Amino acid sequence: MSVVTMRKARREQISRSIFTGLAFSSLLFLLGIIVILFKEGLPVFQQVSFFRFVTGAFWYPIQEPPEFGILPLLLGTAWVTFGAMLVCIPIGIGTALYLHEIAGPRQRALLKPLIEILAGIPSIVYGFFGMVIVAPFLQQLLNIPTGLCALTASLILGIMAVPTVGSLAEDALRFVPRSYREASYALGADRWQTMVRVVLPAAGSGISTAIILGMSRIVGETMTVLMVAGGAAVIPKGFLQPVRPMTSTIAAEMGEAVMNSPHYYALFAIGLLLFLITLIINLVAEMIGRRYRLHLGAGR
Amino acid sequence: MKSKQTQNLGFALLYLAMGITLIALGAILVFIIVNGIQVINWDFLTQPPRKAMTQGGIAPALVGTFYLTLSAIIFALPLGLACALYLVEYSPRGAVVSLIRMSINNLAGVPSVVFGLFGLTVFVKYCGFGVSILSGGLTLGIMILPGIISAAQEALMAVPQSLREASLALGASQWQTIRKIVIPTALPGILTGVILSVGRAAGETAPIMFTAATFYTRGFPESIFDEVMALPYHIYALMTEGTFPTRQTAIAYGCALILVILVLVISAAAIIIRQRQRNYEFVG
Repeated sequence: MSVVTMRKARREQISRSIFTGLAFSSLLFLLGIIVILFKEGLPVFQQVSFFRFVTGAFWYPIQEPPEFGILPLLLGTAWVTFGAMLVCIPIGIGTALYLHEIAGPRQRALLKPLIEILAGIPSIVYGFFGMVIVAPFLQQLLNIPTGLCALTASLILGIMAVPTVGSLAEDALRFVPRSYREASYALGADRWQTMVRVVLPAAGSGISTAIILGMSRIVGETMTVLMVAGGAAVIPKGFLQPVRPMTSTIAAEMGEAVMNSPHYYALFAIGLLLFLITLIINLVAEMIGRRYRLHLGAGR
Repeated sequence: MKSKQTQNLGFALLYLAMGITLIALGAILVFIIVNGIQVINWDFLTQPPRKAMTQGGIAPALVGTFYLTLSAIIFALPLGLACALYLVEYSPRGAVVSLIRMSINNLAGVPSVVFGLFGLTVFVKYCGFGVSILSGGLTLGIMILPGIISAAQEALMAVPQSLREASLALGASQWQTIRKIVIPTALPGILTGVILSVGRAAGETAPIMFTAATFYTRGFPESIFDEVMALPYHIYALMTEGTFPTRQTAIAYGCALILVILVLVISAAAIIIRQRQRNYEFVG
């Protein structure tokens, strides 16, 4: 073997092993996140049992003695997420259907970048907009003591998730084979009937993936809820009350928590729960997505 | 005739959904542009804040965001590109690929504040970098990594197989083929991914809250171990701290406008690159 070929083969080997090593970085970071969250979060359970942590109604982390009950925070996340889903599901899917069924190629070429812009706006800008425009507006409109409440957070988070749900749902619609639609037309169905009874069900699992991923985005969103949800760590009784979701609790309190104090560990435990919740949501979405691809693959 | 009415009503709802989306986008852009443009001028961009953040500019925040974004890209681009190359070019066995794919997907779904917790523990605490550009940049880098990997992967997969085969047939090694044929061809797509990641890294707040950002610094950062002001965090600070809400809100509008302009520029760039690539493909 000549020197040149040998050098070439050597380089080949080196580059290959470098790429192989670096390719595992995502796995490494994901595992790292899991390890860190457990390591820094679990010590809080020496102070309070897991059951009391999750079901406790009082979050007084800096009081003496402290209370670490995150039920108000869990419910805050639940309320805000529920409200935001009510906004983003109809609007996101409606937008996707509009793009797919009504808009022509030229309109689509204009609208899709606009939706991309909506997706690109940073969450801090949404939060700021909610704080200075939406909250005062709703406060006056509904005559409530503060506009910074679960409703405002839900509205804004819902709009934020529209691009996620909309673009993924549109992808799902595009995957529906043309023949389905043509068969439906041939049977005398009109466009609406075809859309509702044939195209939507056929794209069903793709659309559910879109909704689930939208939900994952909403649950994990931090800055918006930190700025507009109001921040009261009490069990919410309605949409017009201020709430303090899990994400905003971490963001608001981590700066003040003394390192390695029970409060600090408790915030990491909240982060751990948050991570596990979104992980489960994402895994479910992935499972549905995989099944869906197989299903359509068989249909072709 | 009933189904005709149902169809009209149904389509009206779709128009409504699209309309709400566009109105929301329009409202955000109009309010921020109209209010923000009033405070933006040369001094606003080049001066530090004065008088407890009620006057002066936002220069240190701009510089801070630039450094943070730059370090995130420097960290994430080589790593992400290597990962994508491995997945696409070296096509390893099934189990390994699906394990890596799964971790990329799940990393992409991790809430941004959790990245902040990770960065706080690993970079600030364990590595001893402190609250600094380095800690924040690395944290942001890990956050944008999945996006860069998927963009690069897509770009690499779009490179026609025939180009690779032609190169290999001429006696080039795989590494030479990747370096001289595949990467240059996929460059526009990779670039789009990088640009979009710049937007994401520059606008994120939660990951840098505990790892890099501070409310106020006297001047510009001097090393990567300095804590910095950052544009998104500055908006948060202006809206939640301080004693002159009205004057601070005006400045926050200016910061928000700059972030919005960044998003618009990035979207425009992505569209242009995509368009060019499409033209190129037609010619090819």
